[in-house]
Amino acid sequence: MMVPIPYYIILSAILFTLGAVGFLVRRNAILIFMSVELMLNAANLAFIAFARYFNRLEGQVLVFFVLTVAAAEVAIGLALIVVIFRTKHSIDVDQVSTLSG
Amino acid sequence: MDLPTVLFFLHALIAVGSAVAMLTSRNAVHAALWLVVNFVTIALFFLTLAAPFIAMVQITVYAGAIMVLFLFVIMLLGAERLGGEERFAFQRPLALLLAGALLVEIVYLLLSPSARALAAMPALTQEGTPQAVGQLLFSRYLFPFELTSVLLLVAMIGVLVLTKD
Repeated sequence: MMVPIPYYIILSAILFTLGAVGFLVRRNAILIFMSVELMLNAANLAFIAFARYFNRLEGQVLVFFVLTVAAAEVAIGLALIVVIFRTKHSIDVDQVSTLSG
Repeated sequence: MDLPTVLFFLHALIAVGSAVAMLTSRNAVHAALWLVVNFVTIALFFLTLAAPFIAMVQITVYAGAIMVLFLFVIMLLGAERLGGEERFAFQRPLALLLAGALLVEIVYLLLSPSARALAAMPALTQEGTPQAVGQLLFSRYLFPFELTSVLLLVAMIGVLVLTKD
């Protein structure tokens, strides 16, 4: 009656791969960040699926921590993007090839 | 196929479709909204996997707070249009090739004998209600929980320092 766990894991793998493709292909810093969020979410899905399979809540607690880390990471990352945009007037990552402003 | 499996495939189709739409959209705001769709479908998967607390946190924190931050920065910078001139022509096919290899590796791993034993779903004994997850967070995982508050404080101070002129 229940959907078996490998279905969820394969879906998580597909979403993670799509996030990796986005990270490698897109040149816009904001889109790259969104791809990272997609990958984090795919990992969270795998965590929750295994937590359900083993009937343990530790997986859900770990997802809670991943959410917090993602929130901190997005805040710092977007601040960096704003700073880069101020000096380069672009958020294309190919433009950020030199260290001196 | 029974109803849960049909619903699973329907949701999985929406999740993968919204992810692909996010990756291919030419407008950053559209990409952000597709990502919100993806987050909501993932929250629905969490609900079906007996994790109602995490599902609601997912919607409030991810689809709410984080995506508002994304949209705010996109609008602040006026960076909706995504210009896409490629500097290295070999990058895109190489990225797709590597991603295909990654997917094949993961699926191959899942088809190994030890993973095939996962097929049957055991009966649910522990549901991730707010009470159950909260009790675990404030007893065995109290120290990591306190550390995350320090992490958020550091992130907050870091953002203030970075964007201060």
